[in-house]
This record gives sequence, structure tokens and C-alpha cells, in this order.
Amino acid sequence: MSTSRPLTWFAQHEFRLAWRDWLSMLTAGHRGRERTAAIVLFAFIALMHLIALAMVAPYAHIAEGIGKVSLIAITSGVVLSFSLMLSQAMESVTRGFYARADLDLILCSPIDTRKVFCVRIGTIAASISLMALLLAAPFINILAFNGGTQWFAAYGVVVAMGAAATAVAVAFTLALFKTIGPKRTRFVAQIVAAVIGAAFVIGLQIAAIQYYGTLSRFAILESNAVVTLAPDVGSLVWWPARAILGDPGPLAAVLSLSLVALAGSIAAFSPRFADHAIAAASVSSGAAHQVRWSQRFRRRSPKWALRTKEFTLLRRDPWLLSQTLMQMLYLLPPALMLWHSFGEGIGPLVLMIPILVMASGQLAGGLAWLAISGEDAPDLVATAPIAPSDTTRAKIGAVTTCIAFVFAPFILVIALSSPSFALISTAGIATAAAAATQIQLWFRAQAKRSQFRRRHTSSRIATFTEAFSSIGWAATAALIAAGTWLAVIPATIAIGVLAGAWLLRPPEE
Amino acid sequence: MQHAPPRLAVEVANLRKSFDRPAVDGLNLAVRIGEFYSLLGPNGAGKTTTLRMIAGLLRPDAGSISVLGIDALADPIAAKRVIAWISDEPMIYDKLTPLEYLEFIAGLWGMDAGVAEKSAHSLLDWLGLAPHAHKRCEGFSKGMRQKVALAGALVHDPRVIILDEPLTGLDAGSARQVKGVLRERVAAGGVVIMTTHILEVAERMADRIGVIAQGRLIAEGTLEDLRAQTGKHGTSLEDTFLTLLAEQDAA
Repeated sequence: MSTSRPLTWFAQHEFRLAWRDWLSMLTAGHRGRERTAAIVLFAFIALMHLIALAMVAPYAHIAEGIGKVSLIAITSGVVLSFSLMLSQAMESVTRGFYARADLDLILCSPIDTRKVFCVRIGTIAASISLMALLLAAPFINILAFNGGTQWFAAYGVVVAMGAAATAVAVAFTLALFKTIGPKRTRFVAQIVAAVIGAAFVIGLQIAAIQYYGTLSRFAILESNAVVTLAPDVGSLVWWPARAILGDPGPLAAVLSLSLVALAGSIAAFSPRFADHAIAAASVSSGAAHQVRWSQRFRRRSPKWALRTKEFTLLRRDPWLLSQTLMQMLYLLPPALMLWHSFGEGIGPLVLMIPILVMASGQLAGGLAWLAISGEDAPDLVATAPIAPSDTTRAKIGAVTTCIAFVFAPFILVIALSSPSFALISTAGIATAAAAATQIQLWFRAQAKRSQFRRRHTSSRIATFTEAFSSIGWAATAALIAAGTWLAVIPATIAIGVLAGAWLLRPPEE
Repeated sequence: MQHAPPRLAVEVANLRKSFDRPAVDGLNLAVRIGEFYSLLGPNGAGKTTTLRMIAGLLRPDAGSISVLGIDALADPIAAKRVIAWISDEPMIYDKLTPLEYLEFIAGLWGMDAGVAEKSAHSLLDWLGLAPHAHKRCEGFSKGMRQKVALAGALVHDPRVIILDEPLTGLDAGSARQVKGVLRERVAAGGVVIMTTHILEVAERMADRIGVIAQGRLIAEGTLEDLRAQTGKHGTSLEDTFLTLLAEQDAA
């Protein structure tokens, strides 16, 4: 017999947990920092409004006499945002199946699990919509301030997108469960989630490179071919765009359709969620037979042992691979551009260098976190007879090897066109990677590798300085390649960012 | 000039460590070679902090630590060569197989490959892990994970084994195996220092017992010595331990 508890009771419980999770993310887990977090959040929202003012204010009156080109641009923005929300929803749904946390408690209690999973799916939709609303709000507000209150309809579209993304994610993940089983679902869903998030932008860039030889996705969206192929302005395809522009009919249709889809997926799939969660739990109980990294023991140095361990753990963890794959995907367009424009002079290379440098910083930051902070057996390494500096050097060596492995082919091809650009790229990639690694060393905080996704929440300062440092070095490399002394400015800013990170680093234990 | 071999395996003098409050407060401890020493105390008494400092995982605020005559604070790497540390949470990697894990440890301790491989296979055989030697640890039960961690601790043939609640979560058979290997190590001249809340284990296995409370050693000796200190002969270790703590609280 199941215990009858009202749906609102579970919802209250789930929202309390979600709120504390959210608060912990904002305060980096430090109690008593709520006021500081609120001030920082307020400052961030104000800054976003300023950015939005510069970016979208000129388009506030776009609705008057709208044409195909504008509808294409708005719709592509909707598709881009939806792909990111879908990626996040898939990640959340997969976590719902596999993260044990309180699932065991729920599944062994005499409650109707349908209600719990019903609320859980709803919470996923709510949190995804909330995050998107937070990011979209400054843009919507600025458009409404300059162009009229009809722009507030965009809030409804954001909510609709959150609901639709969750509905699709739940249906897709459960379909995967049925077709390929729980073990493969985990791997496939994580890879798909990573790829979907980047696929739309990358797809547009690849098309732009193929047809126009540029990395700008707007080239393809504004092209005659796309405008000719696009349906008429009265088509249903433009309803999401029209809903954003404040057209009440399309807004009501988009919103109600999405909410019905979410309600439908909750009704259809929440009863099966418990079965799938139980099936997912049995995945980890079977130990996979593994081909050993070497046939016999060999005498190795401690540094070799540490490096090999890092490579093996990364290679064998599909979740970590999918997370790093996300960053590597952005290298596809420059790779294609390099191939496409090979032998056509050095012009396109100037565009590519900052992308490579930026990607190197981001990839190094992630890998450095895994090697330095994400150690699953910290006590084992700490009790080994190796100097801590040697351990750190071995771990940095593993990061450097990975970076070199990823970026060497790019450098090699650039060197064939321009040795000096290859040199600039190498220096930029190495500097950005070194800076990101150094920031991770300063802000190291012991954690399990499984917490990789949440590494950004452990230190906001580390996250922002890592990003700004990579941007700074990317700009520096681009300006050096363009042959201007202005490169000194971003270089100075990047050094300043590093100095700031050093000043703000936590005290060593 | 030749140094005389040390008589003491571990010697801790006036050890202090504070976090928000003093965790270890002027602790003195001496463990002899070939001895099974059990460190007992209530939760928060400073047992784990003490052992972590001896194993080189924490740096004390004050005091000295000597392991087999090596100054562990001045030359921690030399001290770590002869120590193995096992905690209640097995320190293993889910994505490695037991054999790969042991090869990793052999690399960290700079062991000869032939010796390490032979030792690894014999430990896996002996702990009943040979059929799982090529399977990733991610699907292992708590007991199997603890056995893998134990094999890792023993593969480099440490002379001092430090264990923090090693029997937590082990089934009766696994616990017996672990206790057996620890006794064998002591019989072969090794040293075992262990904390446990299972007082029967300490009662049956330990040569000497140290009782720690509020970061200080409040009693030390054989079970008979401790009984004598409480004035209650023939009582169990549990009764003796609780009496000692009550006396400490009263003081």
C-alpha cells in the first residue's frame, strides 16, 4: 500500500532542495555569503542590461513591417537557445536516472513514486526555464523599454521553450532506455547532450565556411539562398518568432502547445521513471572486464605512474570525455576552415588563432581541474614517497601532453602556410593553457572527479579569471598576428587578471 | 659511525594540531617494533588527526614524529617509504582494475617491476580477488574495494601499517582475512597502529592500547594495565574504556 501524500508536499520538498542548491551555487557553498551573492547577482543583472542596451536596443522596433530576414534571425536565435536548453535538460534527466543521492530513499519508501517523478520532471523544466529567464530578462527588458510592452511576451516563449525542451529530453532519454538499455543510454545521452548544445552554432559555421569561406554564421542566415528557401512570412514556422514579437495568437499557441507537451510527457513517462531508475542502478553493479594498460609490470617512475593513471582515467570515463568533447567541438569549424582555405594566403588564419588560443585555455582549465583538484584517492597520492612538487609537475605534464596532442595538428598545418603564425599560435596556446593551469593550482579544492560539472561553482573567482585570462590571451595572439602594437593592451589585461587571481587565491593549507 | 637500529617504530612527542579548536593537544606516543597498537577514543578525540599526521597527510602545529628512526617532519619522503595508510574509505580508482591499481602504487613507491608483479598477484590470490584482477573496481562491493585498498597498502611491503577504522563495512569473512594479515605482518616484525570503534577487535588483537580523549593520551598499556588503572580487574575492554572516559570527564 502506498502512502498518500499530496503532490504539493513533494513539490515543496523538491523546490526547497532546488532553492538551496541554487543558493549554494551562488554562494559557492559558503554560508553567510547570501548578502554578497545578492549584491553580485544584482551587479551582474545590471551589467547584463548595459550589454543588452548596446546589443539589442536598435532592434526594438523590428516588429513593424517585419520581413523574412528578421524572422530567420529571430528563429535561429530560438533554435540556438532551444538546443542549449535541450542539452541541459538531457543532462538533468540522465542525472535523475543515475545519480543515486536520495533515489534509494524514495524508491524504498511506501510512497507513490509517480508523484515524485512527476514533480522531478516539473522541477527540471522550472529550473531550466528559470536559468534561461535570468539570462534573457535583460534583453527582453531593454527591448520592452525601447519598443513597447509587447516584448514581454518573450518571457512566455522562454517558459514554453523550457517546457518543450524538458518534454523532448524526457521522451528521448526514455526512448534510449527502451532501445539500447540503461548502460549505453548513460553514455549516448551524455554525448548527445554535449553535441546538441554546440551543434546548431557549429552547423551554421560549417555551412558558412563551405559556401562563403567565413566563420560568421550570419553570412549563411542572411544569404539569398536561405531567404529564398524559407517559407512565407505567414507560415507556422515563424510562430515562435511572432510570439516573441508579441503576437497574441502565436504566443498562446506556442505556450499552450509546449505546456501540453510537458504535461503529456509527465503523464506518460513518470510512471516508468522508477523502473528505469532501478534499471540504471543495476548498471554499476556489473564490473567490466578490462584489457590491461600493459601486459606485464614494468619499472616506472612515480611521474610516469601518475601520468598514465590520469590518461587512463580520462579515457575510460565517457562522461568526462563528453564534457571535454563539448569544448573540442568548437575546434571543428576552425579545422574545417583551415582545410578549406589552405593555400589561400594567411588572411583566414588571423581569425583562427584566437579561437585556438581560447579553446586551449578552456580545455586546459578543465583538464587541470581533473588532474589537480579531481583526485579520487588524494590520501593515497599524498602518502606516497614523492615530493608534492613532483606530483604537481607530473599532473601538469599530463595536462600539457593532452593539450599538445589536440593542438599540434592545427599548428602543423598553420606552419605550412605561415611559420610565424604557427609560432604566434603556439605561444598563445601555451600561454593560455599555462595561465588556466596556474589558476587551477591557486584555487585547488579537493573533490571527486564526478563533481567535474560543478567545478565552476566551487570558486567563482577561478571560473571568471580563467575565462577572462583565456579571452585576454586570445585577443593578444590575434592582434600580434594582425601586426599591431595594440596587442599590449589585452596582454596587460590578461596579466592583470592573473595578478588579481593570485591576490585573491585562498591561503594554502 | 654506525647508528644503532631504532627500538621504537613510531615516536610522537608533544604533538599539537588545532583546527577551530585543539584536535591534538600535546600528545606523546611510543609504538615498539613488532607491536600491534590500538588507539581508542570517542568521536572527535583526535585519533584520526594523530594518525594522519604520522602518515604525512597533515602537518602538525608543533611536536615531533619519528618513524623507524626517521624524522618524519624533516624527511617526509623517507618516512613515507616505510608507511602504509588505510582509511575506512577505500582509496581506489573506479576506472582502474585491481592489477592496474597495484601497478600504479608500485610505480609511486618506485618498486622493482618483477617484485611488484609477484607481490601483486600473490596478494590478489590471497585476498580472493584473482578472478576480478582484470575488472574495473567501479562495480565492486565495499568489502572488495577495501580488499583492493589493503592489497595496495601491502604491495610495497611497508614496515609500519597505519589503519583508520579498517573493518568498517566488511563482512565477517573479509574482516577475519584482514585481521589475519595484520597479525602476520606483526609476527614478521612489522608494526600495526589501528583505530577502531569495535572494542572486541582491539581487545583480542592489540598488544597495547592507547586511550585518547580531547587530544591527549589518558591511558596506555596492555589490557591488564588499563584494568589496573581503573581498579576493576576482570572487566571487558568496553567497561574499562568507558570507565577511563568517565574518570577523564570527571577530572
